[in-house]
Formats: sequence, C-alpha cells, structure tokens
Amino acid sequence: MTTELSVRVEDKLFQNRYLVDAGRAHIKVRPHEAPSPALRSLLTACPARCYELNDKGQVEISADGCVECGTCRIIGEPTGDIEWNYPRGGYGVLFKFG
Amino acid sequence: MIEERFDAIVIGAGMAGNAAALTLAQRGLKVLQLERGEYAGSKNVQGAILYSEMLEKLVPNFREDAPLERHLVEQRFWMMDDHSHVGLHYRSDDFNEERPNRYTIIRAQFDKWFSKKVQEAGALVVCETTVTELVQDAYGKVIGVRTDRPGGQVHADVVVLAEGVTGLLGARAHLRKIPQPDNVALAVKEMHFLPRETIEARFNLKGDEGTVIEAVGTISRGMTGMGFIYANKECVSLGIGCLVSDFQKSGESPYQLIERFKRHPSVAPLIEGSEVKEYSAHLIPEGGYKAIPQLFGDGWVVVGDAAQLNNAVHREGSNLAMTSGRIAAEAIFQVKSRRDPMTKENLSLYKTMLDQSFVMKDLKKYKDMPTLLHTQSQNFFLTYPQLVSKAMQNFVRVDGTSKVEKEKLTLKSFVSARSWTGLFGDAFRFARAWR
Repeated sequence: MTTELSVRVEDKLFQNRYLVDAGRAHIKVRPHEAPSPALRSLLTACPARCYELNDKGQVEISADGCVECGTCRIIGEPTGDIEWNYPRGGYGVLFKFG
Repeated sequence: MIEERFDAIVIGAGMAGNAAALTLAQRGLKVLQLERGEYAGSKNVQGAILYSEMLEKLVPNFREDAPLERHLVEQRFWMMDDHSHVGLHYRSDDFNEERPNRYTIIRAQFDKWFSKKVQEAGALVVCETTVTELVQDAYGKVIGVRTDRPGGQVHADVVVLAEGVTGLLGARAHLRKIPQPDNVALAVKEMHFLPRETIEARFNLKGDEGTVIEAVGTISRGMTGMGFIYANKECVSLGIGCLVSDFQKSGESPYQLIERFKRHPSVAPLIEGSEVKEYSAHLIPEGGYKAIPQLFGDGWVVVGDAAQLNNAVHREGSNLAMTSGRIAAEAIFQVKSRRDPMTKENLSLYKTMLDQSFVMKDLKKYKDMPTLLHTQSQNFFLTYPQLVSKAMQNFVRVDGTSKVEKEKLTLKSFVSARSWTGLFGDAFRFARAWR
C-alpha cells in the first residue's frame, strides 16, 4: 500500500468520450521562466494529468483529456498562472454516466 | 441567437438548475435554461444518491419513469488502515418501503430525464451553449447573459446562477469570490460494470435493494478525504475525494489514490473482474456554512453547488441543490406576482425562505466541522483509524495475552499517539463542532 503504484492515467481517460475543439484549448498556461509553487502543484493535482514539465522545466498543458473538474482553476487562476474557460458549448468531455 | 426577452434565465442543468427551471416554468414564467453540455447531464458528476423527499416536492410521481438504480437499505461506514477496516453497518428492512427514501442514480441518465420534465413544463432548454459572461447594466444589475453562440446575448428580469461548484460566471462578475482550495474537495470516480447477480451477491442485496459504503482512513494518506462505493443495478460507482489544498500540499495524485483504494484488501474483492467504462472527476463544496457567499443581488440569485450548499458531514449535496433551486424559484415567483422589480431587496426573500428550510439549518449546525476536520486531518484521517483498527485486532485476536493486559496495551497506544490532553481535546472539539 505504501509503495508507489504505476498507474497510467491515459488508460483511465481512454474510456471517456471527448469532442475535442481542435486548435481552441480552453485552458492556457501563462508564459513563465520557472513555474510558481501553485503551477507546479498542478503536475500532480490534475486528475487527468494534463500538465507536464517540458525539457526547459516549464509547465505545459495539453487539455485534450481534461475532465473539466476545475481544480486547476481553483489553484491557478487566483495566482494568475493559468487562464481558464469552459470549452465551447457541446465540446469537451461527454460523460455517459457522470 | 434568441431575440426575445425572458422572465428568467437559468444557467446550468444540474440538480439546482433543473429544480429552479421546473418550478419557474410550472408557475407560468417564461424561462430560458442554458446548458453547455451536449445534453443535460453530460457534464454532471455525482456519486450519486438521490433523496426522494426533495424530488417529490418537484415531481411527485417521479418513481413512475425516472431512471433510478437501487433503493438504499443499508449504509456502511468504514474506518480503514492499510490492511483492515472497522465497520459500522446499518441495514433495515424498513427501507424496503412503498416509497423508498433514497436511491442510487447515474447522473447523466437521471439529468436527461429531469430535463425532459423541465421542457414538458414549458421552459426553453438550449444545450451546447456556454454562457461566457453575465450582462450587467451601468449600476451592476444583472440584466442578461452572453453566450458563445453568434450574437448570443439574451436578456431577462432575473438570472438564476446554477453554474456548479467552480462558479466561474459569478466570480468573474465579482458577485462572489472563487472558492478557496481548502474549501473544495476534488473527487475522482470510476464506473465498474459487473453482472447484476454478481453485484447482488457481493453486496448482499436482493432485487433492487442497494447499499452505500463510505470510508475514511489511511486511504486518503493523511489528507482530509473520503472514499465511497455505491451499488447500482449493473455497475458500482467507486471514488475518493480529498481537499484540493491537501492535494497541493501532499503532492499526491488523484488517480494513484483511487488506484490504491481499489487495491485495498477490503475493496478489491467487491470489484474484481469488473469492466471500467468511465473515469470522471469533480469538485465538491466542503466549506460549509461559513463558506456560503452572497446568495442574491440585483437581478440574480445563486443556487446549489455554486452557492457552496453542501452538507459535508452527511454527504448531502443534491438535495440541498434541488431545494435551493426550488426555493429561489418560489421567491422569484412571489416577487413577480406582486409585480415588483427583481432588486436585491426584493430577492432577499430567497435567503429568508432558505434560512427557514433544512438547508441553512443543517449547514449552521455543522458550521465549525469543516475547520476542525480540515486543520486536524492527520489525526482524524490517519492516526485514529490506525489506532481503532489496532484496538479491534487486539480485541478479537486470541493469543494468550490476558484481557486486562490487552486493554492496557490499547489504552497505551491511544495515549502515546495523542496524549491525554490531545485525546480529551479532540473529543471536546469534535463534540462541540457536532453540536
């Protein structure tokens, strides 16, 4: 129980249905040199692991697997780290069960 | 998009929004309801438990055609450490009644049904439309909404904000603040499909009987949080949620947490061989009474999760949502009937009526509970569950140690973990917050 589990969130997201609004990401990360603690925390807190570090040590987002929970907005909008909007009507995750 | 003017615009088609739109339409008001999902429910996530009493007030004969899963005859609370759980079960045949009290539901399906009732009552429901902004006049009065449809500005006398927990629009219009990370929990959930008979055998159920397991302990890794397992007809909803601030501090990831919960020896046999068909996540308001924002203003009211109306102790949210939506609609109807304008002063009737309902009374009762549990998470979610589990094992394991010696050992484990002052302090603080 205490050892780290190797879980691929991609395997979980694979079950979900999405209608991706190509070229119109609904979340944007503000350009930065080094990520703030708040922005860094999104690397682990995002339940869909949309946030990743690039090779320059900056946080990037790929919102295609986003489940629209709003966690990153609560953490990162007040600090100015991210810009968060709902996807356009009809786009994004489409829950079959919810 | 829509040229005409409405008596009311309801933003969102969850429990609160549907309750509000239905009530307003039933009273004869001209209602527009806007939903960003493909259909009502496609963006909504809940455990989920439905409370009959609150739905009966809106749709009295809902049992005839609502997509219900199982009526609950049993509630299990588990206190878990890594290898065990100490359980409190309540099961009663009294819950096998003609009009059962609580049901498990699947929100996407239920909300679609609820939305149909709203449309039948005469409201105009427009899906696949995201409201991007509230439209305010020069004095700050809310007079309509702007949407992502071309030319999508619509006006109404009053806007009901049922936009959900993150409350984007209200915060952007400075009607309230964005929720704090220590006042919201992030829950992740999976839908595990199994044959009906397998679920009934594993959970000891007959026919449409259902059960709920709620679990605290080492599963949340010292964070303030809770796991849940709900039996539906042909699937099991399994999830775990913890405070967003605790996720931030601990660096734990939600998908690892749910994976660990699933592999716990008490949980794994319940879902063995299941097919997972969906992974979802959602925020839950946890701040209680003290986190409730301003509920009304010139041209607007806020209901449901957007108003942070959730009873974290009893895990009740959708009934508070339905009730606040209905009461807000009734208040709006009363103001409208008197031909009064939808001013802040007149809409304060909503708050007055809500204060008299169970919604505010219950939240007020537990007003100190969130602070207690959120600041003492290590004690309540890690130390005590481990101590209780050890005490139980000590109690039942027969190993030749005398019972007097066993009791001494148990007592010693509690005192050395928390000290006498700590134990009395925790008991006192808990009792006071509960009262």
